[in-house]
Amino acid sequence: MSLTLVLAVNSITLGGLLFLLSAGFSLIFGLMKIPNLTHGSFFMLGAYLAVSLIWRGLDFWVAAIASGFLVAAFGGLIERLLLRRLAGAELAQVLVTLGLSFMVADVCLMVWTGDPIQIDTPRALRGTTSVLGLAFPTYRLAISLIAVIFAAALWALLDRTRLGAMIRAGVDDPAMARVVGIRVSRLFTIVFCLGAWLAGFAGVIGGPILSVYPGLDQEMLPLALVVVILGGSGSLLGSLVGSFVVGFLYNFGQAMFPELAYVVLFLPMLIVLVLRPQGLFGRPAG
Amino acid sequence: MKRLALAAGLVGLATVPLWVGGTYYVNIASQILIYAVFALAINVLVGYAGLVTLGHAGLFGIAAYAGARLLNGGAGHLAVAAGSLALTLVAAGIFAALALRGTGLGFIMITVALGQIVWGIAYRWISITNGDNGVSIKERPNLLGLSLVAPAHFYWATFAVFLVALASMAIFVASPFGASLRGTRDQPRRMTALGHHVWMIRFLAFLFSGFWSGVAGLLYLYYNQFVSPHMVTLTASAEALLMVISGGTATLLGPTVGAALVVIMKNVASAYIERWNFVLGAIFVTIVIFMPEGLVPGTARLTRWAMAALRPRGAP
Repeated sequence: MSLTLVLAVNSITLGGLLFLLSAGFSLIFGLMKIPNLTHGSFFMLGAYLAVSLIWRGLDFWVAAIASGFLVAAFGGLIERLLLRRLAGAELAQVLVTLGLSFMVADVCLMVWTGDPIQIDTPRALRGTTSVLGLAFPTYRLAISLIAVIFAAALWALLDRTRLGAMIRAGVDDPAMARVVGIRVSRLFTIVFCLGAWLAGFAGVIGGPILSVYPGLDQEMLPLALVVVILGGSGSLLGSLVGSFVVGFLYNFGQAMFPELAYVVLFLPMLIVLVLRPQGLFGRPAG
Repeated sequence: MKRLALAAGLVGLATVPLWVGGTYYVNIASQILIYAVFALAINVLVGYAGLVTLGHAGLFGIAAYAGARLLNGGAGHLAVAAGSLALTLVAAGIFAALALRGTGLGFIMITVALGQIVWGIAYRWISITNGDNGVSIKERPNLLGLSLVAPAHFYWATFAVFLVALASMAIFVASPFGASLRGTRDQPRRMTALGHHVWMIRFLAFLFSGFWSGVAGLLYLYYNQFVSPHMVTLTASAEALLMVISGGTATLLGPTVGAALVVIMKNVASAYIERWNFVLGAIFVTIVIFMPEGLVPGTARLTRWAMAALRPRGAP
């Protein structure tokens, strides 16, 4: 398999993970106007919790879903107990979520030590699968597939269900949504938990590829940030396209310009900001 | 009364090396003043312009890296200072042009991203920044024939810079420009309607803030004689922001008190516990929830409240 193809596969895999991470980030940002800087911590925490669950003998997928729920519960607590008090105070929200991310990082360092931990690839997905005469690592294909399924499910949720319609109404005009009787406050909690679940789940299924280590949170957060700025906040399509763009930029950037990988990654974001501040798929602020 | 307290405070600060006892404490005092300059710089944006930045460690770091590279390239100390501050100003101009595309959340996000770019360059562009190993410099400059190798001498030089920074902030705040900057913070629309160029006012404030961040970065370089990617991390930006917020934004005294608080906490805490980051995060959360206006105004409010409660009520 040629280098370009390997890079392309890796890019798509990373793009899939980023989509799971940033879809929630984007919804939280779009709906609640909360810059959730703990989102990278959710990703890392999910992976670490799954490590402990797998050590207790749980199956990989069960652990992935369960630690997703643990992270979602944690997210719900943060939203209800802290962020709720700070509605509208952006600076305070930034500080609290940033402070929490430091605390989570330090607790993780204390509990799971500083050594990188590799999560084992689930047995059924080891090895390679050949598609069109080319051999691909099965697990990476599986991640891409999961991302596609989640993208479709999220799209269906947002576009086809009553809950989705309420969320969209909340994103577009929270005040008006309240007036017509939508409980925006409860929506906030649901969306926050959903975002946290997705981030935690993404952390687990990313584990076999990225492994888990201190600093993973600070590495993933800027990527999610770039995705959201590129794609536009609150837009699912934006997150999807942005994730794959970032996936490709990150992998190809690192292979071709190892010293400037971060510049390659952030430059398109800056260009988008200058030319189209609301993001590629975002709507201009009213 | 207020002036007397200020004079006493300044005399106290000026004589730190004489009464504090031990070079360890003198060095901590130097650190506090360096970070106080940095916090004052950030306060221009956070406090007076209402623009919260999480990327200023990038500017702080650019000044230090530029200084280190110039010094190791054989430049004299004056050229080092001029060159690195000029570069920091250019970088601040670029930062401002990009970040001021947004306000509020957009501004914060863009500054985070810009800060991460600087970190990425410091960490990865090894041929320029020597990556994770950082860059060290051999010597501190001589100031008017006074060697700055001794901690006390370095402290006094830092103190002099700090005084200039403080004075420039005081002048800035009292100036018409400072007033118009506060205007853009509180009522950007009215300011536009009154014919002020809001963007330009913010841009100039960003440059002013960038300049003093660069000065602090350069002091930091000379203090440590070493610079590494750790000083440009998001955590570093957040720490500096914490200094401003904990002390009280839009005050002159606040950032200095905040810098002292954070540096002392950091040194004391790290002597007893390993988990400085946890403490930092916990302080962040506590301050935001309980004393949102910062320590200096918060304490003032509590004192006023206590005084009012204690004062005799007068005849019934």
